[in-house]
Amino acid sequence: MAITLNVNGEPRTVDVEPDTPLLWVLRDTLGLTGTKFGCGIAACGACTVHVDGRAVRTCTVPVSAVEGLAVTTIEGLAADGRLHAVQQAWVDHQVPQCGYCQSGMIMAVSALLAQRPDPSDAHIDAAVTNICRCGTFVRVRRAIHAAARGDAFTGGGAAADGESVASRGAVVDDAGANRDAGTDRNPVANGRAGTNGRAGTSGRAATNGHVATNGGDAASRDAGTNRYTVADGGPAVASGKTEASHG
Amino acid sequence: MGKWTRRAFIGAGTLVGGGFVLGIAGVAIAPGRHGIVSADAADKGELTTWITVTPDDLVTILIPHCEMGQGSQTGLAMMAAEEMEADWDRVRIREAPALDAYANAYMLRAFTGDSMPAPVERAVDYGAYRLARWFGTQATGGSLAVRGTGYGMKLAGAAAREMLLAAAAERFGVAVDECRAERSRVTHPWSRQGATFGDLAKAAASMPAPDNPPLKDPDAYTIRRTRKPRFDIPPKVDGSATYGIDFTLPGMLYAAVDIAPVQGGRLVSVDPAPALAMPGVKRVVELDEAVAVVADSYWRARQALAALSPYYDDAGHGEVSSETIFAAFDEALGDAPEMPADAAQVVTADYRVPFLAHATMEPMACTARVEGDRAEVWAGTQDPLNARSAAASALGLDASQVHLTNLMLGGGYGRRLPFCFDYVDLAARIAQAMSPAPVKLVWSRENDIRHGYYRPAAMCRYAGALAADGRPLAVGAHYAGGGDRESLFMPYAIPERRFESRNARHHIREGAWRSVLNSQHGFFKESFIDEMAHAAGRDPYEYRRNLMDEHPRFRAVLDRAAEMAGWGAPLPAGEGRGIAIAESFGSIVAQAAHVAVSPQGGLRVRNVWAAVDCGDVVEPDSAAAQIEGGVVFGLSAALVGEITIAEGRVVESNFHDHQMIRMADAPDVEVAFIRSGERLGGLGEPGVPPVAPAVTNAIYAATGIRVRDLPIKNQRLSRA
Repeated sequence: MAITLNVNGEPRTVDVEPDTPLLWVLRDTLGLTGTKFGCGIAACGACTVHVDGRAVRTCTVPVSAVEGLAVTTIEGLAADGRLHAVQQAWVDHQVPQCGYCQSGMIMAVSALLAQRPDPSDAHIDAAVTNICRCGTFVRVRRAIHAAARGDAFTGGGAAADGESVASRGAVVDDAGANRDAGTDRNPVANGRAGTNGRAGTSGRAATNGHVATNGGDAASRDAGTNRYTVADGGPAVASGKTEASHG
Repeated sequence: MGKWTRRAFIGAGTLVGGGFVLGIAGVAIAPGRHGIVSADAADKGELTTWITVTPDDLVTILIPHCEMGQGSQTGLAMMAAEEMEADWDRVRIREAPALDAYANAYMLRAFTGDSMPAPVERAVDYGAYRLARWFGTQATGGSLAVRGTGYGMKLAGAAAREMLLAAAAERFGVAVDECRAERSRVTHPWSRQGATFGDLAKAAASMPAPDNPPLKDPDAYTIRRTRKPRFDIPPKVDGSATYGIDFTLPGMLYAAVDIAPVQGGRLVSVDPAPALAMPGVKRVVELDEAVAVVADSYWRARQALAALSPYYDDAGHGEVSSETIFAAFDEALGDAPEMPADAAQVVTADYRVPFLAHATMEPMACTARVEGDRAEVWAGTQDPLNARSAAASALGLDASQVHLTNLMLGGGYGRRLPFCFDYVDLAARIAQAMSPAPVKLVWSRENDIRHGYYRPAAMCRYAGALAADGRPLAVGAHYAGGGDRESLFMPYAIPERRFESRNARHHIREGAWRSVLNSQHGFFKESFIDEMAHAAGRDPYEYRRNLMDEHPRFRAVLDRAAEMAGWGAPLPAGEGRGIAIAESFGSIVAQAAHVAVSPQGGLRVRNVWAAVDCGDVVEPDSAAAQIEGGVVFGLSAALVGEITIAEGRVVESNFHDHQMIRMADAPDVEVAFIRSGERLGGLGEPGVPPVAPAVTNAIYAATGIRVRDLPIKNQRLSRA
């Protein structure tokens, strides 16, 4: 049966059984494989697209139900050659690991931000229930807040003496003492792999704004994006000695 | 063209169009328990690295590991580019294809887009063959990529730099030690001469390979230790990345499969008629242990499969359940290990953890085409050459008759390692039945959850003896479900240790699950030392650190995690902190967790702080991402992860009854790396083991309730 769809702004006519889930029409009939199959029971969100702007899990939606509605897939999210703010935040924060769930995650988040431009953590928890098996949730949350604020990304913190990178706004030096990096951090502007994303980075310090749920220390809120520190140190271990005393 | 040095074979040649290709084989590194390459690797010549420099001034680095999202391809390229003094903006990477001497024209095309002169082609043939051998024995797993292959990367980069310098010196007519390489240029400052790597590539190819190229002082690194965006991320945010499940061919058919629910079971009978009557169905393929429907679309194949009622036998395992398995463990464990008679106090505890599924977000998928005595296979695997062998074996072919293309993996965690290629095996046999049509097999989530290679269920019976002052005198355990030196290791000064394996067999298929045996024993041992601390009336962090005189690296890591967590600061009632530490895959990780438990027993893990000593950090951002991910992966298992067995089969089937944590359950995670300068450790797995005990120890601190069985969801935490 011929069904006419509107996918990423273009009319597409497909000849499939009307109860075929939209997911398989997108993937196998139209070749839009960016929308992923994860569970088939609308439990994981890997197959999320926008239907008239709302996030929909396509593995359980019959194709006939979206006839005449505007379907946007991950392939259609960028406009005029520019990544959507959520996609850009995902690149900036280096969110994906295996990446398989991230199409659906990005579609769920972009639908949330369209409805609620500055969501609270509770809004995020309620609206973004996609499964990520690699465990990227920590960065997903930070990237959502950054995308909501339209923040530029400073690249994860200072590279003091070409070595220490701290993205929570503190640089731990060799002596192990914390010193406040504040806003004088040098953005790490090194090669963005050249294949995507904006050229270079803004010098503006991004404020993370993700409030640690335990009311963590000020440093955990003040700046930066991904939250980690690197410091020289550890014990004075005799050269060549390894931890080999197992058993 | 090439030469053997003390540690490696360094070979180089000219590419068509004036490029330079350099290969490194046989890097013998990492002796002892960190070892990944046999001592005679140099003689066998396993290829580690290829680097090419082309006249367009691009440096292309071939990576012999797949990218599962750990960032190891980018990290490995950084290690080579650093030594080479390449301009990072002009570095590209390629994943090494799965090939052997027979199929390596593919690799030549990958490099040159053309052909190579015969002498170089033969050299590359040899290298490609060795690369195949490397692949055949060295998959991507065990958190090995950066710490194992990394040395070869460094050596290759350094050798390439030396040869480019030599070529420049000859062209400039100056001494080589007056030249310097920087950002893909060689310059001679006195005479103000300079040339790009691209300009020098052809001449560099004929320079002698260096015996022992010097490696950079880490303090001089300009690429490593800095944030470099991963190469694989842009295609993962716009939908263009091609995973195994996304692969298509013209005229391709689709297969859906139903597999005997009891592992080892066989298909007894199936009436194909209901499926054959449905639209688009081409064939019902009956296999020993499964039935597949092949159709012109995947959805039609699935629908038709659902119309079948296959009957399987249960291979005699129909009475097996989680209860019978744990009862057998309990019996096998017997008494707790005997403790010294002079102990002032003896502590004992039993711990249990269930089977767990990998549940990669991409269900298993594989495309195969069989034509006569040749086959082609496309899949995402953690070990392309072993996957190829699995396909060959299923088809009764020699591996050389099969070509496998590895595609991006939607998660691995051990599920796509050697001996776990059932999906490749099935796809090959289905494609053979449909020959010559190509067939894509896509597993349902139900296939995936019910036909895993599960993290072994395990049980452990601990005993510990304390002196009157609380000092530990002895510790030991009888354990079922596996254990090894690394997973049983405790970094504490305890004079006597009595560990003994007491296994009880069952038929459930097992495999390596992110962090392998450490996922069980990390929980067991770090729960038990916590119980000993409390029995001694001591703070569990102080108790641990006071026993670490012999292990200063562990102590530094433990201290850092405690400091990050604000250990010791007062907390409201119902909240608590817990700490745990474990070394796995060469990295030491301590984690502190902060939990809140409501009077009704509702648990929230608010924060996890992780301190990590992995020697050095190649790329800090993806290193942190691996630890963050490990924490969430381990926490998901600790809180809700469980595969249960009834009537010999897996009960759970999909994400409604096999739960994973989501945004709302994920704690904030903060990571601190301590650069000890020791040997590089892995990062993909070591974030997993400490999280379960850190959380259960925190629950104890908050409530006085000791969780000894996972997952935590099955435990009653209510104090009302």
